[in-house]
Amino acid sequence: MTARVSPARDLWNRLRHSGTALSAMFLLVPLVFCALFADLIANDRPYTMTHQGERYFPAFRGMLVDVGISQWPSGVAGMDFSRVPPEAAVWPPIPYRPSGVDLMDPLAPPSGSHWLGTDNLGRDIMAGMVHGARISLTIGIVAVGLATVIGVILGAVAGYFGGTTDLLINRLFEMMMAIPTFFLIITVSAFVKEPSLFYIMAVIGLTGWVGIARFTRNEFIKTRAVEYVTAAEALGASPARIMFLHILPNAMNPIIVSVVFGIAGAILVESGLSFLGIGVPADVVTWGSILNEARGNTFAWWLAVFPGCAIFMTVLAYNLLGEAMRDALDPKLRGRMKSG
Amino acid sequence: MARYILIRFLWMIPTFLGITLISFLIIHMAPGDPAELMAGGGLGAGSGVGLSTENRAAVDQAVVQWREQFGLDRPLHEQYFVWLGHLFTLEFGESFKDHQPVWNKMAERLPITILLNVLSILLIYLVAIPLGIYSATHPYTAMDRLTTVGAFILFSLPTFWVAILAIVFLGGGDFLAVFPPGGLHATAYSESWPWLRRAADLGLHLFLPVLIMSYGGFAELSRFMRGSLLEVLTQNYILTARAKGLTERVVIYKHALRNSLVPMVTILAGILPALIGGSVIIETIFSIPGIGQLGFQAVLARDYPVIMAVFTMGAFVTLVSILLSDFLLTLVDPRISFGRRSAS
Repeated sequence: MTARVSPARDLWNRLRHSGTALSAMFLLVPLVFCALFADLIANDRPYTMTHQGERYFPAFRGMLVDVGISQWPSGVAGMDFSRVPPEAAVWPPIPYRPSGVDLMDPLAPPSGSHWLGTDNLGRDIMAGMVHGARISLTIGIVAVGLATVIGVILGAVAGYFGGTTDLLINRLFEMMMAIPTFFLIITVSAFVKEPSLFYIMAVIGLTGWVGIARFTRNEFIKTRAVEYVTAAEALGASPARIMFLHILPNAMNPIIVSVVFGIAGAILVESGLSFLGIGVPADVVTWGSILNEARGNTFAWWLAVFPGCAIFMTVLAYNLLGEAMRDALDPKLRGRMKSG
Repeated sequence: MARYILIRFLWMIPTFLGITLISFLIIHMAPGDPAELMAGGGLGAGSGVGLSTENRAAVDQAVVQWREQFGLDRPLHEQYFVWLGHLFTLEFGESFKDHQPVWNKMAERLPITILLNVLSILLIYLVAIPLGIYSATHPYTAMDRLTTVGAFILFSLPTFWVAILAIVFLGGGDFLAVFPPGGLHATAYSESWPWLRRAADLGLHLFLPVLIMSYGGFAELSRFMRGSLLEVLTQNYILTARAKGLTERVVIYKHALRNSLVPMVTILAGILPALIGGSVIIETIFSIPGIGQLGFQAVLARDYPVIMAVFTMGAFVTLVSILLSDFLLTLVDPRISFGRRSAS
């Protein structure tokens, strides 16, 4: 009955029995799968092919070449894989890459060869959707990771030291809350000379820490007066040590929850930006950039329906996960699970 | 009370100046030169690629002159103080694009954005409060669960997606033509129409934008209302009221509802910034000539004075609404008195 369970294990046990968490997983697992294996699901290079008697694995080799740790074998270097005879190659289920332009087939409705149709440059939407999962998840996680670092440090300092420090940092919170953040992000992303996903992550991260910082501050204020903190102080532990090794692990719950909700928010902001056509390089296909093309081609319903659906599912998944974690971590609800 | 409001107000001044300073620095230090864009022949030709050396020299000279004219050649801190001067006279300087005073441009568009936001706040509260009351008084029933799921879905639906879907499927493209795809007035609109017809026309044009701006808010606030009322209903005075034999109707609407509305007041300050940010997207998609669209166009054209004005306006409205919701709180809940507490 009183067997001790680690907090992480305890959280896992609670989440496993929560319907909300399960539905979040149901949405997230395919997304993460697409993000991880995008190159193997949608690629204009075959898995394997024979060419002049040699066997090649262009899809796999290509991944290594793209990150710069390998080179094309001389037999297939610079080769146009679409000219490989069908019987000589095994293709991924979606034999296109998201940026593969085909000017002969623009704005094609969904069909057998393009499952979700093509955009005005003939790029395959399905390939864009699969690779877009990688971009969306990366931006969400990196941006919120940055926001979490800033938020936790500022919140911890404000909550732990209190007094004037707290007052000053609180003014900063108030400023960040009153700045029209989305407009600020649009401004900075639009001004950047060479748009890149990196800037978008940085801007979203640098503007999105206020919620996390306030939660951290509140937790630190609550915990600062607890005996073990006094004990650590008496032992001569440095403030940094007390803040991040003693208090922070006990203040994690609301931070984790706001991080998960933050990812949903960051993905919304990123897709909103690329929907407005801001900050994303022209040759990068994101869910938002596909949706953007629907503005000029209102008859091409497939450009509007599918990418929006993906954004919605992703945001919904993270919101569900956040909700499930909030319930699981809420001490008021503890024990209710067993009866239900 | 008056003292408290005054202290709060005084504290807002450094915050407000801080915001303008941060915005100013971000805008002016960001890469990209408005002088190149404006003097180099407007948008598109601004980069000067492919110009002959002769033309290049002419453009360079124009750029230098242009910078001088708008004071962009001066040190950054001087520029900021010049801007502050403009702020106190409420002029916000001149637009880079057409030399119009920024204030005139804002004044033209402000009523439209205010109308849009007021309508959507009204809609949010009109939907959220009854829905929240229903969910809280029928907790864990099928209807409650359905509204929970519905609210969750609405809350996660990206507004720009819904807006695009609405335009594609309802806005008179290849599908239905129920609503106009954008703008504020019909093409045949004239001021001589009877007011009823003008109002109906405006209503038809504003229906989709307002609805799409609001649904996320009423999804969130209805959950908030439900939680707040549920919490109040567990309190002892409600038990007392029930024990006295009051009808459920009186218990809920007379005793519980008042107290559960308190947090609904404070959250107003929280949804305003989101609404202002949302107007940028909604006004751009539906081509509504409001502040959001003005701001977006200014960003694309690097029209610094207009961008600064939009930032300042947004920050001011948010700060005032934080103050206002604190003030409203003391009206709704007489137990709360800020007078004795230090301002924080």
